[in-house]
Amino acid sequence: MTREQLRKAEGFAALLLSTLAAFLGLFWLVFILGDVLVHGIKALNLSLFVNDPVPPGVEGGGLRNAFVGQLLITVGATLMGVPVGVLGGTFLAEYARGRKIARFISILADIMVSVPSIVIGTFIYASLVKPIGHFNGWAGAIALSIIMIPVVLRTTEDMLSLVPWTLREAAFALGAPYYQVITKVVYRGAATGILTGILLSIARVAGETAPLLFTSFNNSFFSVNMGQPIASLTVTIFQYAMGPYENWHEQAWAAAFVITIFILLLTITGRIIIKWRYK
Amino acid sequence: MEVQIVAETVELEVRRLDFSYAGNIHALKKINLSVYKNSVTALIGPSGCGKTTMLRCFNRMHDLYPGNKYEGEIMFQGKNILADGTDHINLRSRIGMVFQKPTPFPMSIFDNIAYGLKLKGITKRSNLSEKVERALHHSALWDEVKDKLHASAYELSGGQQQRLVIARALAVNPEVLLFDEPTSALDPISTAKIEELTETLKKEVTIVIVTHNMQQAARISDWTGFLMLGELIEYDRTDKIFTAPSEKLTEDYVTGRFG
Repeated sequence: MTREQLRKAEGFAALLLSTLAAFLGLFWLVFILGDVLVHGIKALNLSLFVNDPVPPGVEGGGLRNAFVGQLLITVGATLMGVPVGVLGGTFLAEYARGRKIARFISILADIMVSVPSIVIGTFIYASLVKPIGHFNGWAGAIALSIIMIPVVLRTTEDMLSLVPWTLREAAFALGAPYYQVITKVVYRGAATGILTGILLSIARVAGETAPLLFTSFNNSFFSVNMGQPIASLTVTIFQYAMGPYENWHEQAWAAAFVITIFILLLTITGRIIIKWRYK
Repeated sequence: MEVQIVAETVELEVRRLDFSYAGNIHALKKINLSVYKNSVTALIGPSGCGKTTMLRCFNRMHDLYPGNKYEGEIMFQGKNILADGTDHINLRSRIGMVFQKPTPFPMSIFDNIAYGLKLKGITKRSNLSEKVERALHHSALWDEVKDKLHASAYELSGGQQQRLVIARALAVNPEVLLFDEPTSALDPISTAKIEELTETLKKEVTIVIVTHNMQQAARISDWTGFLMLGELIEYDRTDKIFTAPSEKLTEDYVTGRFG
C-alpha cells in the first residue's frame, strides 16, 4: 500500500468505527423508548388514571393512587428544593462571588450531584423514617429535594454569573440596594436559564426510585396523607414489574410510559425555553 | 495650575484626591478640581490616564469592589462624600451615571424607567406614568417610543437604548449626571442627538463627561480637565484648553501630537 492508500484506509476505519459506536448507543436508546412506547400504549386506558389498585386476580383497577402520590411527592420536593437551590445559587454567584467559600460550596454541590441517589435514600431512612417509626411521604419529598438542591443551585449560580456585570453596575448607579439589584434586575436577566434548570431538576427527580423505596415506600390504597406511606409511580413500576401477575406487568408498562412522557415533556420544554431565549 | 474664580456655584469640589485600586495601583494623584453647577465638564486624556477612575469616585462606584482606597475629599453640597458613613445608595440616587455601552434592563421600556422611581418609593400607577413620560421627553426619546412603551427595551437601537438609559437616570431627579464615554458605542447620528441633549440637560443638572473624543469635549463642554498618568495636568474653560492651553503637554495632546 502506498502512503496515500494507507491514509485513506485509516480515515475510513476511523469514520466507520465512530459511526458504529454512535449507532450502537442510539440503537439501545431507541429500543428502550420504543419498547416502553409499544407496551405502554397497549396497556393505557382511562381506568388506569381514575381507579385504584384492585386485589391480584381481579380484572381492571388502576394506579390513581400512584399518580396522585407521585405528584404530591414531586411537588413537595420542588417546593422545598427550588427555593433553597435558587437562594443558595444566589449566595454563591452574588454575595460570596470570588470568595473561597463559594468555590468550596460549588465543588461540594458538584459532588452531591453525583452521589448515588440510594445513598440519599438510606440517609433519609436513618434520619426521618426510623425515628418516626414508619415510612412517610414527607421523607420521600425531602429525599428528592436533597437530590434537586445541588442541581438547581449550580444552574442558578452559572446563570447568574452569565448576567453581565455592567447591568448590575447600572442598577447600582441608580441607587438600588444590592437585594433589589438581584431580585429586580439580575433574576430577570437569568430567569429563563434558572427556569430551565428547575424543569430539568424536576425531570431528574421524577424518575428516581431508590430514594423513595427507603422513604415513602408504597401504598396500595389511595392516600394524600404525606405523613404516611404513599404510592409513587416509580416504586409501583418496580413492584409490579417484579410481581407474578400479567395485569401488573401491563400496568407497570403503562406507568413507565406515562412517566417517560412526563419527563420527556419537561426536558423538551426546557430545551424550547433555552432556544427561545438565545434565539 | 490655578482655576479662575468666576461667579459660579461649585457643585463638586475635589480636594487632594488620591485613589488606589486593590493591590496598590495608584490611579489618581493629588487631584484638585471644581465642577460648576449647570455646566458640562469634560475629562479628557489618553487611555489609562484615570479619567473613568475619577468619574467613578463621584458616585463611589469603586466601593462595589474590595480593596480600593480613596484619600482626600470630594465635597458635594458641603459634605465630603468620601467620608466614612456616606450612604452610597442615597448618593447614587443624587449622582446618576450613564455607561459606555447602553445598559437597558431586561424589561419593558416603561419598566426600565419605572425601576428607579420605584426605588424612590413611587408606586402609584398614574404618578409613574407621568414621570416616565416626562423622563422620556427629557431625553428626546418620547416620540420614538410612545407607541411601544411596553415593548422590550432590547428592541431599541443602540442610540435609543442609550437615550433610554439617560431617561432612566433623569427620572430619579439627580443633581449630577456622570457620563462615561456615552457615545463611543454609537453611530454619528445617535452621537449628535446625545450631544444636543447635554446642552438642554445642563439647565437642570450638572454634567461630568469622560470622552475619548476631543472634538466632542470641545463641542459640548464648558470646562475641560486634561489628565495624564493619574495626574490632572490642566483644568480650565474649554475654549482656553483648546485654543491657548497653559501646559505644553495639554497643547501636544489636543493638537494630536500623542494619545
